[in-house]
Amino acid sequence: MCTVCGCGSGETTIEGGMQAHSHEHPHEHEHTHAPGIGAARMVQIEQDILSRNAAYADANRQRFDELGIFALNLVSSPGSGKTTLLCKTIEALKAKFPIAVVEGDQQTANDAERIRATGVPALQINTGKGCHLDAHMVGHAVEHLRPAEESLFFIENVGNLVCPAAFDLGEHHKVVIFSVTEGEDKPLKYPDMFAAADVMLLNKCDLLPYLAFDADLAEANAQQVNPALKIYRVSATTGDGLTDWLQWLEAGLAQQRTRHAQTVDQLKARIAALERQLAEP
Amino acid sequence: MHEMALAESIVQLVEETAAREGARRVSCIVLEIGQLAAVEPEALRFCFAAVARQGVANGAALEIRELPGRGRCGACGGSVALSNRYDVCPACGHAPVDVVGGLEMRVKEIGVE
Repeated sequence: MCTVCGCGSGETTIEGGMQAHSHEHPHEHEHTHAPGIGAARMVQIEQDILSRNAAYADANRQRFDELGIFALNLVSSPGSGKTTLLCKTIEALKAKFPIAVVEGDQQTANDAERIRATGVPALQINTGKGCHLDAHMVGHAVEHLRPAEESLFFIENVGNLVCPAAFDLGEHHKVVIFSVTEGEDKPLKYPDMFAAADVMLLNKCDLLPYLAFDADLAEANAQQVNPALKIYRVSATTGDGLTDWLQWLEAGLAQQRTRHAQTVDQLKARIAALERQLAEP
Repeated sequence: MHEMALAESIVQLVEETAAREGARRVSCIVLEIGQLAAVEPEALRFCFAAVARQGVANGAALEIRELPGRGRCGACGGSVALSNRYDVCPACGHAPVDVVGGLEMRVKEIGVE
């Protein structure tokens, strides 16, 4: 395995057998075996255990920002309706702007196939025994997918309300999907995920008349953990409530586009200024 | 939660440092783990022993210093001991309290020979 980025170990595979890097690391280390060193000594490290993941996440975010991409990390327990919701979202927005999707699951490429059936590019990452996606896997997926400028980029994380909370992938927001067939107290049982998310979609609301689920209590529990959480009640099956969610997505992308246009304008102005300088005698 | 991934990151950090220091062996590793960081110390020890087996950190003693959950109340400004992320402020009842400590996951230092 590569000890610089961890590639080549474990069971993670990216669809199509892609596992290799497209980035180069020096693979040799300098070993200074000075004679006489044998006594124990302490070496300060003072580094976050996830500092490497954080560095990859920052690089991903920088790349998204440079391209004017709005990137979202969809998280939930298994079976909350993430993929169905994503398919409905894509169907509603794909005519307006480009969209690309990374799918994370332990096994199978089923979800990526469902996304591709909507006509947008998708790449499946199988984490093997792994319980979450990390920023390094997503970085490789971005290299392979090559998302368009000023596009929407969705990362559908492994269905798991625990581990993905701790791993920044470089997204702009985590969106937690919570379905009404679960318990109202889920935000209290798994507070880290609800604290890490900026948006919550309360899904399968078309089933509320048949369930004893108290949607107000569920929302109150989520906001007890995270008062700033933006909540939309939706049904991916009937399409009810999706309008507000779609508007939120469009507003986020519009912001990224404005930022991108400003960056491009600044670069153009800089080039023009340099050309003027060169033209001066 | 994801103790295996954490163990792999710890071993990576430790092995890099050991190589840089020209160490033959890592005798101990000191970690600081916050009590709100959702890390199970016993699971982490188990995963660490498995992951470290092939390298310079094999057999190293793992010292896990648990740091308490601490918060500051946004309403009354008081310091609060937190055992959960969403605990209410015992002084004024405001919730949630801003977490200022207890989320750490850090490799502090290692002993090398």
